[in-house]
Amino acid sequence: MNFSLIGANILKLLQQYWQVFLLQGVVNTLKLTSIAVLFGVVLGTLVAICKMCRFKLVRFFITIYIEVIRGTPILLQLYIFYFVLPQLLPLLKMSPFMWVALALCINSSAYVSEVIRAGIQAVDIGQTEAARSLGMNSRQTMTRIVLPQAVRNILPALGNEFIMMLKETSLASTFFLGDLMTSYLLVGGATYLRFEALIIVGAIYLLLTYPLSQVVNAFERKMAKDGAD
Amino acid sequence: MAQTELIKTVDLYKSFGRLGVLKGVSETIRTGEVVSIIGPSGGGKSTFLRCLNLLETPEKGQIFFEGVEITGKKVDIDRHRQKMGMVFQHFNVFPHLSVRKNITLAPMLVKGKSEAEANAQANELLERVGLAEKAEVMPAKLSGGQKQRLAIVRALAMEPDVMLFDEPTSALDPEMVGEVLEVIKGLVKSGMTSVIVTHEMGFAREVSDRVLFMADGIIAESGTPDQVFNHPQNPRLQDFLAKVL
Repeated sequence: MNFSLIGANILKLLQQYWQVFLLQGVVNTLKLTSIAVLFGVVLGTLVAICKMCRFKLVRFFITIYIEVIRGTPILLQLYIFYFVLPQLLPLLKMSPFMWVALALCINSSAYVSEVIRAGIQAVDIGQTEAARSLGMNSRQTMTRIVLPQAVRNILPALGNEFIMMLKETSLASTFFLGDLMTSYLLVGGATYLRFEALIIVGAIYLLLTYPLSQVVNAFERKMAKDGAD
Repeated sequence: MAQTELIKTVDLYKSFGRLGVLKGVSETIRTGEVVSIIGPSGGGKSTFLRCLNLLETPEKGQIFFEGVEITGKKVDIDRHRQKMGMVFQHFNVFPHLSVRKNITLAPMLVKGKSEAEANAQANELLERVGLAEKAEVMPAKLSGGQKQRLAIVRALAMEPDVMLFDEPTSALDPEMVGEVLEVIKGLVKSGMTSVIVTHEMGFAREVSDRVLFMADGIIAESGTPDQVFNHPQNPRLQDFLAKVL
């Protein structure tokens, strides 16, 4: 293997195709990730609330929702949202990009809901009892006592969810949606320098995820220190 | 001793799964009374205490507090709980709030006190239990004894009519038991109606007007400290005292 040739090729690809990698690939990947996680968190919060509500029937359906999403491959879910749902719901005129974004949202919501639920349930039951014994109602107890403590458990896990999702958006390249992995397909296909293109794309993914995981780690350490009870 | 009935339970039953924990407990706590509950682990002491402010819901029986049946339907239990302070074995101070905020949160939120008013009260209470310099500190920086003293004044800030203590010194290191018992003793002397589940026999003997011995889900014997500790009638109580004294 000729390393200097590979090095030269990588530089050449970067020079010639940086717009494909950065302006198209990175931007679309971040767009997909942000949409998926942002709405995933909103939807996931609702799902978590339903999962903890007192109506058995609601809990039952929510459990099915979570188990189906977590128990099937994300690629399969993308296929359903990309090929099947647009035909079932022809009135919803959404672009393929938005269908895939929606699929990622739904997928993320199931994982996020479990993160939130676990974070809330990890707060010692004694905290709730103490608050209720002081006369606080259940809503005050949740917002003033339980949630502020649950956030410490939830935030790092949400950061990890963001990192996971950032990598999972690469599956959107299956449908050629312009994300970072798609730019590998484009550039690799046009130049036949597939290995070099892969290295570039891999390095960019790493550049995106590494700082994020450092932030999550730092946050976890800070929480562990503050929470030393 | 005043004779008004403050808390009255009628034939309480409670079980966890198939395990019966309370098997018909009827008892009356009068205003100004100090009642200790002793007995072997698993005898139902804590469960009985936790039923009094409905942290546990009894399956059968009634609980009256200040004349109102709080086990009845349509009862706003939050309103009654304000009047019943509770101190837990594991303190349960709020770790995300400063010592001061631990005390002021409920009076401001539940009773609508102004911040200035609540702060003044908190200062006074902290002074009383020797934690005045700790007002702005986070609870993680406190010792076990300090946490428990904080938990006591947090409950007092709601100006309750009765204090429920659930093994307040059981989770403490031995050298910190004294400081917490001193605070409770001071409180009891000031006339606060108190129900105390405890394993501190010497303490129970000293501060109580009445001692209840619970075993197997019933109150097996009750009486003055002298009757219970010096002239126990029930063989289970005699056996229990022989082991712990």
